[in-house]
Amino acid sequence: MKVGVVTFPGSLDDGDARRAVTIGGNEAVALWHGDDDLRGVDAVVLPGGFSYGDYLRCGAISRFAPVMTSVVEAAGKGMPVLGICNGFQILCESHLLPGALIRNDHRKFVCRDQRLRIERVDTPWTSSYAAGAEVTIVLKNGEGGFVADEPTLDRLEGEGRVVARYLDDNPNGSLRDIAGISNERGNVVGLMPHPEHAVEDLTGPGTDGLGFFTSLASSVFA
Amino acid sequence: MARYVVDVMPKPEILDPQGKAVLGSLPRLGFAGVSDVRQGKRFEIELDGEPSDALLDEVRAMAEKLLSNPVIEDFEVHLQGEPEGTFA
Repeated sequence: MKVGVVTFPGSLDDGDARRAVTIGGNEAVALWHGDDDLRGVDAVVLPGGFSYGDYLRCGAISRFAPVMTSVVEAAGKGMPVLGICNGFQILCESHLLPGALIRNDHRKFVCRDQRLRIERVDTPWTSSYAAGAEVTIVLKNGEGGFVADEPTLDRLEGEGRVVARYLDDNPNGSLRDIAGISNERGNVVGLMPHPEHAVEDLTGPGTDGLGFFTSLASSVFA
Repeated sequence: MARYVVDVMPKPEILDPQGKAVLGSLPRLGFAGVSDVRQGKRFEIELDGEPSDALLDEVRAMAEKLLSNPVIEDFEVHLQGEPEGTFA
């Protein structure tokens, strides 16, 4: 499958995301924030970083980039979209996902290997995992606290839309230890930790993140 | 020329880590009796034309669409020099 990775001004992890897509057995296609052409891709990754310098709010300016008009439209038709870290923030600002991400409750940037439980595995990004799989991938954020009002949180839990949850101690004050969520259909997933940094033994804490990039192929052939 | 002010504040129920940091610093500087601090943003927006309800609505639309995130923030809009309204 062709997987587009968007580069915004200030994206940091677009290179690693393209590499992870390739290692996951798919073809990585570089997409540009200022171009509304998705170049025929089958799925899109919005990578981590500090797009537009995080000015105003994280993801607030990126939401209105020309490429996002196409991404929002394609997501509405069912195209798989994965937002990692800053990409998760952009998906919330775009209203493709509910809630918002605010500054870590302890006010410090956090960078560490984080244990997670994968709870929703019927998405095109997580179908390679067993339900309840416990994995360790990199977490690095300054504004990773997931917040939403109580009815929204209850709906996310009730509809099984919590994709990943933090294990051990909560690293950023996210409500109900939520690390990642999906839309109702499951094609749009936002995740604060970085699976693209955990796809090779040489770098990172292992290869537990690879499943996010191999799931696309298996979900198509399932 | 019309100049409007948009104040954006974190919703009361949303944690405000920046406000908390300021709150923690004030007593260390000798300011006693501070019970809470909330930190927000202020935008000053200049528009062509005389002040009008239509312009005020335009600025309100900017606040809704871009300047604030309704999930975590409230905003208030007023013409500079006029009294502030209430946060919605």
